[in-house]
Amino acid sequence: MKKEDHLEEKNPMEGLLRMDRIPHIWCPGCGIGTVVTSFAEALRKSKIDLDKTVIVSGIGCTGRVAGYVKLDSFHTTHGRAVPFATGLKLANPELKVIVFSGDGDIAGIGGNHFIHAARRNMDMIIICVNNFNYAMTGGQVAATTPTMANASTAPYGNYEYSFSLPYLAEASGATYVARWTALHLRRVTKSMQEALGKRGFSFIEVITPCVTLYARRNRLGDGLNLMKYYYEKSEIQHGADTRTLDISYQGKLIVGKFVDKEKPTFLDCMDEHLGKVLGDKYQPYGVSHE
Amino acid sequence: MKKVKADPKGVLTGAHYLDGDYALAEGALAAGCRFFAGYPITPSTETAERFSERIPFVGGVFIQMEDELASMAALIGASWGGKKVMTVTSGPGFSLMMENIGLACMMETPLVIANVQRGGPSTGLPTLTGQQDMMQVKWGSHGDYEIIALCPDSPQECFDLTIEAFNLSEIYRVPAFVMTDECVGHMHEKVVIPPAEEIELVERKWFKGPKDKYLPYKPDKDMIPFMVKAGDGYRFHTTGLTHDERGYPVINAECQDVCVRHMVEKIRMNADKIIKIEEDEIDNAEIIVISYGITSRVTTRAVQQAKKAGIKVGTIRLITVWPFPEKRIKELAKKIKAFVVPEINYGQMVREVERCAAGQAPAIHVPHCGGWVHDPDDIFKAIKEASK
Repeated sequence: MKKEDHLEEKNPMEGLLRMDRIPHIWCPGCGIGTVVTSFAEALRKSKIDLDKTVIVSGIGCTGRVAGYVKLDSFHTTHGRAVPFATGLKLANPELKVIVFSGDGDIAGIGGNHFIHAARRNMDMIIICVNNFNYAMTGGQVAATTPTMANASTAPYGNYEYSFSLPYLAEASGATYVARWTALHLRRVTKSMQEALGKRGFSFIEVITPCVTLYARRNRLGDGLNLMKYYYEKSEIQHGADTRTLDISYQGKLIVGKFVDKEKPTFLDCMDEHLGKVLGDKYQPYGVSHE
Repeated sequence: MKKVKADPKGVLTGAHYLDGDYALAEGALAAGCRFFAGYPITPSTETAERFSERIPFVGGVFIQMEDELASMAALIGASWGGKKVMTVTSGPGFSLMMENIGLACMMETPLVIANVQRGGPSTGLPTLTGQQDMMQVKWGSHGDYEIIALCPDSPQECFDLTIEAFNLSEIYRVPAFVMTDECVGHMHEKVVIPPAEEIELVERKWFKGPKDKYLPYKPDKDMIPFMVKAGDGYRFHTTGLTHDERGYPVINAECQDVCVRHMVEKIRMNADKIIKIEEDEIDNAEIIVISYGITSRVTTRAVQQAKKAGIKVGTIRLITVWPFPEKRIKELAKKIKAFVVPEINYGQMVREVERCAAGQAPAIHVPHCGGWVHDPDDIFKAIKEASK
């Protein structure tokens, strides 16, 4: 066969991935890769300047996302992706900043940073892949593990209450809040596009299968079984009251876009307030970039 | 190394009556620091207050974060965002910063941290002085790394050494620390801020080459890799994991060896260029008192007493504490009777002196557990004892 006859198949996301780092480390049946696909698709469709788009991850399975996406990408410490991203955004307000991390990183060890960034309406997007457990370390119980589910450090079942992340995000001040599962990929993409197109603190939770640990330990089957669960038990309720979004073990999953509103960001507030109080002496900082 | 003059916008030229904490903030502004993230903690809070008051007129950001973990993380992010950045803290906050100080070392990120030390451990003595974080600053985060730490003994030096810390952190892509203490932090003295054109700064070593040719961790001839900032279009990656020149994680012993050696050696090999010490009457000295920060000022009195008593005593003031002036101490150890090391802790830098003296001369410690400075008589007594 002549060389030119040989058609080499290329990954359609090639421009957006670090192909020199592929194959990735995620398990077969894991949902993180599919969320990354949605993300790449959203970036492509939104036509934003990718040179000005940065991605920050913390630690864990989802923490590895920053290492595969071909943007300026930062793989930081456990839980600190959000304040790291805050520094990036404030140092260079023209950046579009995306935090892509897991439930343990965002809501467990990084919970305090998460609520404060939301409170400040820091202009960034949080994509939180929720697989209900600490997977990188072997399936330990998390702040998001449904009550009664089994985990390696809750071997007799989890007796703690779990976080409802959209409720936490809205209560803390987020201006965009959505939840989907790994089954709702087009909707995930659309939510990401919407978030990329707006300013303020956006939060997108994506519930994903962890086949190797969460599903195996709870005898829930493989990736397909979990997709069936999402199919059967998820219910789209746009605008649902975020107080009603608790997730019980293998129970109903209310998904949709719950919050989408406008509110001045941290830098808007800083510039407006200091400009008003200090007058001409104030050196405007963030406003010129919008 | 590209030298530039300070931006006059941040420079409050003139003679002022300032405390050390305020002088730290003025030093930062003069050095071109335009991002400050911090969390209030006694006795360092005044630096954050001063910065928050001044920055709106200079152009930049002050943000009070939710804790010191976040402050350090934000600092690293902001440094990669292209700004010169600083935070200030004290003991308990310093402990919280250790996690991301390790990340800053691993990512080779220039930034400045001032520690206005108080008595510890734990909450200890919030309002009273100490020099008890001198080992923590070197060893506090896990793993092997090197940092640079400077020790001012006056508000004027808080100003001067903060500028110096910024320059060193930019040259070596490393966190640089200004290790002051409650006494110097709250001491009011004359601080002269020179005109902007007399303040020499170092510009970050920006990479200007083609977009696909940037390697964030490839050492240049001077061992220091070039830097870019987020948003420049280089689409680079950086991680807290052990990494290769591309910044990509490589989890094996070979890469760890290259990565760690580089982080450590870039400082060790340049130690002679970094280290500044102040020597006085060393030549004929039988006893050398080594001190730093506020303790060096107390030492002055003790040395006067010793001289009056006919003791041949000289002094070394450590302006740079880390990297430690190993060579000089080794050299002097052969010529003298003893080192006397007063410090406001129960034995920290004295261990370094002892290590470098390597049995050639004893290192006599004059401890103070914190809360106040030494009584000069205690230092004098130690000098007298050592000279016998």
